[in-house]
Amino acid sequence: MGTGDRIFGVFAIVVAGIYIYTATTIRISFLSDPVGSKTFPIIIGVVAILCGLVMLIRPDADTDWPSGRKLLSLFVAGLALLAFAYMLKPFGFVGPCFIVASLLSYQISPRPVFAIVTGAGLAIGLYILFHYGLGLTNVKLLPAAWGR
Amino acid sequence: MDLLANLSLGFSIALSPYTLGLAVLGCFLGTIIGALPGLGPSNGVAILIPLVFSFGLEAVPALVLLTSVYYGAMYGGRISSILLNIPGDEPALMTTLDGYPMAKAGRAGEALVLSGFASFIGGLLATIGLMLLAPLLAQVAYQFGPAQYFALYLLAFSTLGGLGGKNQAKAALASCIGLGIAMIGLDNTTGMERFTFDNLHLADGVDFLVAIVGLFAISEVFIFIESHGKASAVGVTLEKVVIPWRQIWDTKWVALRSSVVGFFAGILPGAGASLGSFMTYMMEKSIAGPKGGFGTGVPKGVVAPEAGNNAAAGGALVPMLTLGVPGSGTTAVLLAVLITLNITPGPTLFTNSPEVVWGLIAALLIANFVLLFMNVPLVKIFVKILQVPPSILMPGVTMISFVGIYSLTGSYFDLVMMVGFGVLGYVLRKLDIPTVPIILGILLGNAMEDALRRAMVLSNGDWTYLFNDWIASGLIVAAVVGFVAPLILRNYIKTPEAVPDSMDAASTGIVPDTKD
Repeated sequence: MGTGDRIFGVFAIVVAGIYIYTATTIRISFLSDPVGSKTFPIIIGVVAILCGLVMLIRPDADTDWPSGRKLLSLFVAGLALLAFAYMLKPFGFVGPCFIVASLLSYQISPRPVFAIVTGAGLAIGLYILFHYGLGLTNVKLLPAAWGR
Repeated sequence: MDLLANLSLGFSIALSPYTLGLAVLGCFLGTIIGALPGLGPSNGVAILIPLVFSFGLEAVPALVLLTSVYYGAMYGGRISSILLNIPGDEPALMTTLDGYPMAKAGRAGEALVLSGFASFIGGLLATIGLMLLAPLLAQVAYQFGPAQYFALYLLAFSTLGGLGGKNQAKAALASCIGLGIAMIGLDNTTGMERFTFDNLHLADGVDFLVAIVGLFAISEVFIFIESHGKASAVGVTLEKVVIPWRQIWDTKWVALRSSVVGFFAGILPGAGASLGSFMTYMMEKSIAGPKGGFGTGVPKGVVAPEAGNNAAAGGALVPMLTLGVPGSGTTAVLLAVLITLNITPGPTLFTNSPEVVWGLIAALLIANFVLLFMNVPLVKIFVKILQVPPSILMPGVTMISFVGIYSLTGSYFDLVMMVGFGVLGYVLRKLDIPTVPIILGILLGNAMEDALRRAMVLSNGDWTYLFNDWIASGLIVAAVVGFVAPLILRNYIKTPEAVPDSMDAASTGIVPDTKD
């Protein structure tokens, strides 16, 4: 019972501990005030540790965590979004949008043709919206090589 | 009369065709955003922020557009609550309790119209309340020094767990996560870097919008992938929509009472609209007693939470405008927009830029009438929009989020961070840890620390200065009570669980049907 809460509680305590340690190493400037740069972060860390302890000692009932294929598809989705973040600049919007949107659509509802049509529709539709509708200029929509 | 002069100033701004057009657009978009499961108001407003900047809107029009979206989303949330048994946004959760049973009994149209009217009454009364109370509170706020502000921020965070929440420790932990993230970047007082790990991207701190879009929009995609979009399959049909005048008349006291309670629940910093709908539903349930049949599909059970949450939405604007302390996740987003537009909310806003305040109030009054019209006679349009499958909607929202954030910051690092926040948001939601406190923490963290440090500079490090007058002490006491009281009260008040949906509903109607 409550394994998820317990694990997260421990995780929170560890992170908060590191946070407090990092706070003690903050460089102080010659401008000083009674509270200083370190106190407030340390207070936050201490409160977080207390909360983590409560989660550890009195966890709520567990929810269903995804496993197997679902976990894999969540992982793939996360990777695809990360890849999209890196692709946006060199490849523009339309191409990566088509690929990532199709993939996400397929993962939500596993119908390949529908997913590809959705991806293409979103890539084209959003291109028209962003480029002509909103006139976004600071987001490159097409690959740099295409002259846009 | 000051009030009338101010109002006429407001209407002279709000009634320009351009501003009016934006209000109508905002109401329309807002209702859609509210109705679609998985696109809450804070989420929706956050996604629309890039739009505001790319239109190059000035402060007043931008605020009118986004607050119309906010009000609209509060109206729209009830549509999927009633038809699909899925709250379109968090405050609409209570509406499912009686709305969905009503819809299953073939009274979907009646429930939609009744709740639409209730929303209108709640929203209208709250806007009037905002109009009357905000200038008064602004007067009081002039006396606020750093100690009072620190106490106020403390109150905001301690009431976030609230009565509606389940676990105070989790809400407090979420606040700590947000506050902790806010510390990243340059120290406001000394100018030294904190928690940047010598990473250049982190020196500016974590952008609030990156966090909000990640936590709300991107995490939603993961939730939908996990559930394979099943969440939207169940539905009931919408028969003819007639206006049940009698029922509206019968529930008038419920609507009025709930509006008042909801408004004041909304004013509490941090509590927000969810508390409004929760409190009003519980209040009406206990007034009606066991014979009232709450939970089985009674009109009062739909009217109370809807009047309550729309009133709370208006109430939440009061602390946001007068003190700069948002009362809910969405008002936090609105606050971020104001700051980005170089407007500092607080008491000076009322004297320095009355056109912003009164233009906004006038626009909200107009928006309520527009929304009544959209949500009662035209409700079928929005029911149609609910049929957009999540496998199109969610990828679309994701793409818009990426482009929106990228167009604001132009940095791939922010996009990576946004995905990170998406993963974090997913894990937190699985653990039932609320994400709104994180948002408030990131937004208010630096202001809270500054308030504390300035107070200590004033007092030369004497901690008792935090209790130096009755306002500060009162707020701190309220914060402690606000944190402890739910722990005790929770033993007496049981949060009603959403109606479990049996499979018979799934087999009778797959998607809401709109016959003419």
